[in-house]
Amino acid sequence: MHVVTFTRSTPDTAAKVEVGKDGAVGWGDAATVVNPWDEYSLEETILQAENASGKSTVIAIGGEMHNDALKHSLAMGIENAIRIDDPNLDSTDSLAYATAAAGAIKKLGDVDLVIFGKESVDVGTDQHAYMTARKLGWTMLSYVSKIVAIDYANKTITVEKMYEQGKQTVTSQLPAVITVMKGINEPRYPSFIGIRKASKATIPVWSLGDLGISAPAKKAETVAFMNLPTKEVQVEMITGTPEEQAAQLVEKLLEAKVL
Amino acid sequence: MSVLVFIETFNGQPVMTSWEALGAGKMVADALGTSVSAFVFGENASAIAKQAAEFGASKVFVCDDATLNDFRLEPYAALLTSLVKEHTPKVVLAVGTNRGRELLSASAADTDSGMITEAIELAVEGNTVKVTRPVYAGKLLSHAQNVGDGTLFLTIRGRAFKPNAQNAGASAEVVTVSPVLDESAIVTKVQSFEAEVGTVNLTDAAIIVSGGRGVANNPKEAPAGVSDPTVWKAQDAFENVIKPLADVLGGAVGASRAAVDAGYISYAHQVGQTGKVVAPDLYIACAISGAIQHQAGMRNSKVIVAINKDAEAPIFKMARFGLVGDIFQIIPALTAEFKKRLGK
Repeated sequence: MHVVTFTRSTPDTAAKVEVGKDGAVGWGDAATVVNPWDEYSLEETILQAENASGKSTVIAIGGEMHNDALKHSLAMGIENAIRIDDPNLDSTDSLAYATAAAGAIKKLGDVDLVIFGKESVDVGTDQHAYMTARKLGWTMLSYVSKIVAIDYANKTITVEKMYEQGKQTVTSQLPAVITVMKGINEPRYPSFIGIRKASKATIPVWSLGDLGISAPAKKAETVAFMNLPTKEVQVEMITGTPEEQAAQLVEKLLEAKVL
Repeated sequence: MSVLVFIETFNGQPVMTSWEALGAGKMVADALGTSVSAFVFGENASAIAKQAAEFGASKVFVCDDATLNDFRLEPYAALLTSLVKEHTPKVVLAVGTNRGRELLSASAADTDSGMITEAIELAVEGNTVKVTRPVYAGKLLSHAQNVGDGTLFLTIRGRAFKPNAQNAGASAEVVTVSPVLDESAIVTKVQSFEAEVGTVNLTDAAIIVSGGRGVANNPKEAPAGVSDPTVWKAQDAFENVIKPLADVLGGAVGASRAAVDAGYISYAHQVGQTGKVVAPDLYIACAISGAIQHQAGMRNSKVIVAINKDAEAPIFKMARFGLVGDIFQIIPALTAEFKKRLGK
């Protein structure tokens, strides 16, 4: 039984992210962290591997900056880490990402379950997870808020998944790719011993050649990044007793036809 | 080479933001010099197709097979992929709901197509669809576009595009299609569905009233014997102070991450970087300081009202109206005033 998860390093959530004069995205001296949604997928991977006395592996696709996220994952308790990096691979192209991710899963060979975080905050999307499932031809279960049961012998999985209108419980077949929501678990902090062990780990890097695949032709691309337009908001402070403040605010909102 | 739009349904009813997708789809189709088609699957699909026509679709693909009643990725994606292969649309478009994102991504992978999500602006130049979308959790914008001649799969953010005006009686060519997978070939089986009762969906809400960590300063005494009086006070404040204001305005209740992490309210209400990104007409932030992670989720609200006891809170820098004071005095007064003025 082998559970695999994917992660990446993203700027610290409190960092001010800006586009420089050269058009490149930067975040000053701020550190990178594990993509915030991945804390839940990492924790769930550890839990599911433990429950089944199986193996756990974390994979990052992209350059050396993602080693930080991989080491954090090892420090939390994931057993193995792999990075996929290749000059011909743009990890922000989701079709290329999914092709590489599926290639890595096939190379590992014995994987039953792949867990992604809900989305990546840098690229702002989750499409790579669904695309990975389709490239593998596996079951895709998204927005999972609870894994109710997994039966590895009979290859079945039952989960609760969220839609805008409520919660659906479904049973499906392994192998499967799932994306998990915040709230599915309480992510642990890396232990001191875990951090020490992770800092010494050497992380193997696989190329597309190692996976026996080539990158697909690019079908969509990001051509530019922009800072947000500065909003000219002049705050109007409303003073007085609470009743006076309330009356004035309602008057102004009605006047501005907000309601 | 038309534009093909997903009309999302739930329990045999259209999900209203689908008409926004038809609005955006019509705009893109007009710019590309083509027409806009729609597809509706599952229960009541034929009746919903009539509505799609009234909202601007000139052709509607319909499949009301029972295997498509509940949304499941396998039968939906198989059928969409077959439609895309047969008709090679220039663009496939949906609102970026859970179903919309999952379905279009799957079909994009099946057909090795480009995919761009969360569009907030769209423009067409020649054969290229130019998309403006937020990245880095809403801290930056990016421009993305299709490469080559293939189909582009595109999801738009809810409330970013307007529906076409409903043209009662307008009709469309209806094309009935057969499902690709029959039930025996579908491995995912739905066991049950538990609806979220009495809540307004945050991303669809025109008005949101949000509470932060400060709701725990509720002056009401927690009853003797509750395990955590702070949590009780905060939950009581959401239920009896924040929610009544949202109710009188027909709005939804939001929350900061701090309030959610402290157990004051469920995660479904979280606005911000690891919660929902919202853009209502009116956002009332109550006892929310306005951390950068929260701002990322609500900065595109049309009018922001900040109520906070700390006059230095960053939230006031982005607010149109600011009220310094105690939310437990101001909000009940505000609720009463709205009731009076709105005649409720």
